[in-house]
Amino acid sequence: MCTMIAQQVRIFGRGKSGPEWFDVREANVSYDHPYDLPLEHALNIDFVNEAMGPGARVAVELSVDAARQLVRTIQAVLAEADQRGVLEDCPVIAVPAREISTT
Amino acid sequence: MAHAYQTDQYEGMIAETITMKGHNGETINAYVARPLGAGPFPGMVVIHHAPGWDEWYRECTRKFAHHGFVAISPNLYFRDGHGTPEDVGAKVRAAGGAPDARVLGDLDGANALLRSLPYVSRKIGVFGTCSGGRQAVLAGSRLKGFDAVIDCWGGRVVMSKEELTPNQPVAPIEYTKDLSAPLLGLFGNDDKAPTPEQVNQHEAELKKHSKNYEFHRYDGAGHGFFYYDRGAYRQEQAVDGWKKLFAFTDRTLR
Repeated sequence: MCTMIAQQVRIFGRGKSGPEWFDVREANVSYDHPYDLPLEHALNIDFVNEAMGPGARVAVELSVDAARQLVRTIQAVLAEADQRGVLEDCPVIAVPAREISTT
Repeated sequence: MAHAYQTDQYEGMIAETITMKGHNGETINAYVARPLGAGPFPGMVVIHHAPGWDEWYRECTRKFAHHGFVAISPNLYFRDGHGTPEDVGAKVRAAGGAPDARVLGDLDGANALLRSLPYVSRKIGVFGTCSGGRQAVLAGSRLKGFDAVIDCWGGRVVMSKEELTPNQPVAPIEYTKDLSAPLLGLFGNDDKAPTPEQVNQHEAELKKHSKNYEFHRYDGAGHGFFYYDRGAYRQEQAVDGWKKLFAFTDRTLR
C-alpha cells in the first residue's frame, strides 16, 4: 500500500466469515488504503489465521474517529468488567505486537 | 477516451493468464492481453496496485491491448498465496508490501518475456498506479530495457529514513540519476501519498539530473482518480490523464 504503516499482534479468539467460525490467530492493523470504505486511508483491522491461508480473514475498515472511539470503548468495557471481577484470563501467552517494518 | 479506429475495421484480442519466470527464475503467473495480428506491437508491463492483482488491472491490461500494445501484468503477490485479490492484497499489506528486489526481478522477467515474442517491437514501457507507480519508477532506474515509464500517483517515491524497511530499503528518488527512459507522472493535488510537496521534490531531482520527464497535476483529484469503481474516481481528470498517457506512449514507444 502507499503508507505501509502496519503492525501485527498475535491474538486468541474466533472470528466469523460467511457462515463459519474459525480460529483467529493474528490481527493485522494498518493505516492505509481501505478496500471498501470510501476514504483514501483508513484504520484497517484484519483478523486472520495465517496458517489457514489468505481467505481466513475477518476485515473491518474504520474512519480515524471510529477507530479511536472503538479503542476507548474496548478499554471502558474491559475496565468495567475488571471492576466487577468478571474478567477471565486468556489461556495463551500474550505476544507483543511486532513492528512489521522492522522484521 | 477516444481510440482512433474505424467502424469498419476488424478488431480482435486475446487475453489469458499464463506462467512466466520472475525473480530468481521462479515461476509466477501473469495476465497477458494482445491484439490479434502479426504486429509488431510495442510492449507494456502493467504493474498492479497495492490492493492487489484485481479486476481493474485485468481491464487495464486489456485497455493497453485495445490501444495496440502487447500488455503483461505479472502477479507480484504470487508467492503470498492464492485467494481473492483482496484477501491476498490484505496479507501483503500487513507484511509491509512486496519486497522491491523481488518486484524488480518479476518486472525484469516480464520485460524479457515480451522481448522474446515475435510480434513485439523493440519498444517496451512500464506502467503502474499507487505502489505500482513507485515500482515503475524503480524499474526505469534499476532495470535495463524499458523505453518509457508511467508513474500514476506512486506514493513513497520520496521516503524519509523512518519509512525505509527491509522490503523497501531505498527511496526510488535516490536512483533518479540512473533513470534510463522518459518518465510520465500523473498526480492529484489532493493526494496525501504522494503529497504535492513530494511530487515537487521528485521533479526537482529529475531536473537536477536533466532527465526527460513530464508531470501533470490535477486539481480536484486525489489518490487513484482513474479507479472508476472507487469514490476517488474523477471523470474529467481521468479522461485527460489517459489522453496524456497515450500521447506520451505515441511519442516514446511507436
